Amino acid sequence: MGEKTQVGAGARTGDGARADGGAQAGGGARDDTAEVIIRLTNLHKSFGELSVLQGVDLTVERGQVVSIIGPSGSGKSTVLRCVNGLEKIDRGVVEIEGVVVAAVGTPGAKPAPKEQIRAVLAKTGMVFQSFNLFPHMTALQNVIEAPMTVKKIPKARARELGMEKLRRVGLDDKADAFPSRLSGGQKQRVAIARALAMEPDFMLFDEPTSALDPELVGEVLDVIKSLAREHMSMMIVSHEMGFTREVSDRVIFVDNQKIVADNPPERFFNSPEHPRVAAFLDKMLN
Amino acid sequence: METVNYIIRISPQLLVGVIGTLQVYFGAIFPALVMGVFFAIVKTAGPKPLRWLLNVYTWAWRGVPLLLQLMIMKYGVLPLLGGGGGDFPGAIWVFALNMAAYLTEIMRAAIGAVDRGQYEACRVLGIPYWRMMFRVIIPQSVRIALPPACSEAINLLKDAAVISVISMQDIVRVTNQITTRDKTVIPYLCAFVIYLILTSLLVKVFGLLEKRFTAYDA
Ligand SMILES: Nc1ncnc2c1ncn2[C@@H]1O[C@H](COP(=O)(O)OP(=O)(O)OP(=O)(O)O)[C@@H](O)[C@H]1O
Ligand SMILES: [Mg+2]
Repeated sequence: MGEKTQVGAGARTGDGARADGGAQAGGGARDDTAEVIIRLTNLHKSFGELSVLQGVDLTVERGQVVSIIGPSGSGKSTVLRCVNGLEKIDRGVVEIEGVVVAAVGTPGAKPAPKEQIRAVLAKTGMVFQSFNLFPHMTALQNVIEAPMTVKKIPKARARELGMEKLRRVGLDDKADAFPSRLSGGQKQRVAIARALAMEPDFMLFDEPTSALDPELVGEVLDVIKSLAREHMSMMIVSHEMGFTREVSDRVIFVDNQKIVADNPPERFFNSPEHPRVAAFLDKMLN
Repeated sequence: METVNYIIRISPQLLVGVIGTLQVYFGAIFPALVMGVFFAIVKTAGPKPLRWLLNVYTWAWRGVPLLLQLMIMKYGVLPLLGGGGGDFPGAIWVFALNMAAYLTEIMRAAIGAVDRGQYEACRVLGIPYWRMMFRVIIPQSVRIALPPACSEAINLLKDAAVISVISMQDIVRVTNQITTRDKTVIPYLCAFVIYLILTSLLVKVFGLLEKRFTAYDA
C-alpha cells in the first residue's frame, strides 16, 4: 500500500484526476524508477477467422491510469480480457507484476507456475459493462463472497471489510439490498466495491458506464476518479471522452487490430497525430 | 347421506392406497432431486466418458415407457438380484431413475441458461470452480428449473399409478378393487378428487419454492 503511493506519486501529479492540466504533466515525464505492472508484448488474438489483435505492445506502470478508446469492435475489450486471462492469447506475452501469466509462440518466454499465476491474477480486479452482480445475493454478500471463499476471511471480519468497501462507494446504506432493488449506477458501484474487496493491485474497467442512463454515469465516474486520486493502477475502456481526458495518464487508440496512438491525454485530444484518431475524435466530440 | 356414509366406510381402504402412492412418490422424488442436480453438473463439467454415459442414460430412460421400465425391474432385474429385494424398493428405483433423467435434462438446460457474465465475474474474483457452481450458478439455475421441474413432479405423481399393474397398493389399484367388489363408481370419483387435491398441493409447494427463489427479484 505504502510503496504503491510513493511510486504512484512519482508517476503522476498528486491530484491529477481533479486538476485540469495535472495529469498531463505527470503523464509526460515519467519517473525512471516507475515499476511496470502490466506488460503486453506482441499480442495476437483472433476469434476463428476474425483477427482482432495483431501485435499489440503495451505497458502500464504502477499508479498509472491508461484509457483505451477506439471504434466499436476494434478489440478494446479483448485487450483487457487478454490481460486477466478471460481470453486465451494466440501469440505474445502477458506479464503482470513481472509474472508471465501467458506466453505463446515467443522464444524465451514461458508461463510462470500455476500457483504464481493464480496469485497474481487474484490481485487483478475487473468491472464489467453489465455489472455481473450475483442476483441472489445482497450488495454486502456480493462484496464479501470472494474474500470469504478465496481469502478465507472469517465472516465477521469480511462483513467489516465489505461495509468499508461499500462506504467507499457511498452505498453502505444499501448493504442489505438485492441488486434488483438498485439503480444501474448503484449496481456498478457495488461491482466496484466487490472488486476492491479483494484488495487488487490494479483494476480493469470495460465500459463501466455504457449500460447506464445518462444521469447515472456521473456517480460511477466519480468513484473511478477517486480511485485515480488514490493512485490505483487502472486500464479503462470508456466512451466518456471528458472523463478519459480528465483521469488518464495515457490514452491509447486501438484500430485495425493495432495500437495506433499512445499519448498523454492533452496531446491525444489537442493535437492527434494519427488521421484515424482525429476522425474518431471529430465524430465523438461533435 | 348414504353416499357420504359409504365414502366414510371405504375411507380406510382409500387411505391405504394414498399412502402407497405417496410412499413410492416421496421415496423416489428426493433421490431423484439429488441425482438430477448431480448428473446435470457432471453433464455440464464432468469428464467426457461420464458425460457420454449420462447422455445414454437420459436418452434411454426418457425414451421408454415407465410401465416397461417397471416390468423390466420386476421381472428382469429383481430376480437377477437373487429373487427379489422386494417390489417396493424396486419401484422406488424405477421412479427415481426415471424422474432423475428428466430432472438432469431440465437442470442441465438451466445451468446453461445462467448468464455467462456470472462465470466471468467468479473467474475474475478468483472463486474456485466448485464454489462457483454451488454458490453462484446452481442457485440461479434451480430458479430457472423450478417451473419445468414442477410439471415433471406432477407427471410423476400421476404416473405413479402404474405400480397398480405390478400389484402394489396405490390409489388406482385400491379404488379398482373396491369398485369391483361393491359394483359402484363412487370409489373412482373419490380417486379423481384425491388426485386433484394432491396435484394442487404440489403446485402450491412449487409456487412457494418459486417465491422463495425469486425473492431477490423485484
Ligand atoms: N467470444 C468471441 N467470439 C467471436 N468473436 C468475438 C468474441 N469476442 C469478441 N469478438 C469479436 O471480436 C471483435 C473485437 O471485439 P471486442 O469486444 O474486443 O471489441 P470492442 O472494441 O470492445 O468493441 P465495443 O466497443 O463494441 O465493446 C469484434 O468484432 C467482436 O465481434
Ligand atoms: Mg467492448
